[in-house]
Amino acid sequence: MAEVTEAVEKQKKQSEPLFSKKNRMLISDPLNDSNPITVQVLGICSALAITVKLYPALVMSISVLFVMAVGNVVISLLRNLIPNRIRIIVQLVVVASLVILVDQVLKAYAYDVSKELSVFVGLIITNCIIMGRFEAFALANGPWKSFLDGLGNAFGYAWILLAVAFFRELLGSGQLFGLQVIPQSWYLDSGGVYANNGLMLLPPMALITVGIIIWVQRARNTKLIED
Amino acid sequence: MDTNKNSYTFMFAAAMVVVVAALLSFAATSLKPMQDKNVELEKKQNILSSIGVNVSREEAKDAYAQYVKEELVIHENKVKEGVEAFDVDLSKEITKAPTERDAPMYVAEKEGTTFYILPLRGKGLWGPIWGYIALKEDVNTVFGAVFDHKTETPGLGAEINTPVFMEQFQEKKILDEGGSFTGIEVRKGDASGDYQVDGISGGTITSVGVQDMIDDCMRSYIDFLKGYSANKTAAL
Repeated sequence: MAEVTEAVEKQKKQSEPLFSKKNRMLISDPLNDSNPITVQVLGICSALAITVKLYPALVMSISVLFVMAVGNVVISLLRNLIPNRIRIIVQLVVVASLVILVDQVLKAYAYDVSKELSVFVGLIITNCIIMGRFEAFALANGPWKSFLDGLGNAFGYAWILLAVAFFRELLGSGQLFGLQVIPQSWYLDSGGVYANNGLMLLPPMALITVGIIIWVQRARNTKLIED
Repeated sequence: MDTNKNSYTFMFAAAMVVVVAALLSFAATSLKPMQDKNVELEKKQNILSSIGVNVSREEAKDAYAQYVKEELVIHENKVKEGVEAFDVDLSKEITKAPTERDAPMYVAEKEGTTFYILPLRGKGLWGPIWGYIALKEDVNTVFGAVFDHKTETPGLGAEINTPVFMEQFQEKKILDEGGSFTGIEVRKGDASGDYQVDGISGGTITSVGVQDMIDDCMRSYIDFLKGYSANKTAAL
């Protein structure tokens, strides 16, 4: 299988433009048809844990984007040098060092967020999406394609995270990015009829929100419906 | 090149480890000053919030200079010279016997009132917990307390840094009627009176950790503070 993809890739190398249809698919496919969270159901833990507010979800998405894009390129560049027997270890070392790098940078430049994300930055290492892409894609494709594939999957991860965080922050605390969007006068305290749904702040509602997104997605995208 | 040979595999692994180690240690060393500054500002922020001054991290430096008048290190009930209170590593001090500790303390003034801010550090369930407790001039009544933790269980022990838990400590007393130190007891649900607060359901070990931390860390200050406060009042 690997040889076949490589052969195909070699053939295309001479003629293929940077943003050929196939390359564009590498970005667009993970957004919908092969979304890492809703279709492959990978990386669920972080999607449940850090989606209480939009801002940490955004920082998490950017961190994953960085690790995934750079890691994919590194693995792809080394793909003919990596000894096959220790390739998983090599992948792990690449992810781990990139994650430590991200963690250190966050501690220096975004201290509050790094405290809020706490262990979850470290847990990017165990995010199955990343190892999955290294193993399934970067080891068999060139750096440019791997870069696009990394971006695509990170975007696919990010939009689900942000969508879940949007609903959880809006319905759970009446805010978006920490700014109050539901007017104070609507609340029961000040004589209105509205109350925040505290359940939205708890992990179970993240799972249910992801479930609803999957439901809507499958209803609209008939390709995903299994027999 | 045969990438499946044992010798190649070993060489690759060795080279990879060296490259990664060099990269990461470079990143860690070059970012260290900024990280330390964040930690320092956060400490100032915490000290200030124990006396009810809540500022952002950017403002912490100026506000700290404005409110905190004195930084003292107490050793055997006397002020120890030549040690910066702010730089004392509490995690090392609490491993010593209470009489041998260098105990840092901050004297703050807010709207004409003096507060004694004592740093605390102790053990939670999974890792260290710490905090600051501000005493009023009578060296008995608690004005405010802040706690934080490293790795307590979210939703359970980690709740010690929520306002609900921390606000309970306001107006509590630490000395009994005879004037000896009693500390503050963390109770299971039936807290009442001046010496008790409610613990956190499901976070018993962390709650008890808070109680022990208060007992262990504050004891060494009380005798000194009584004298210090009396002197201060007499001087006025």
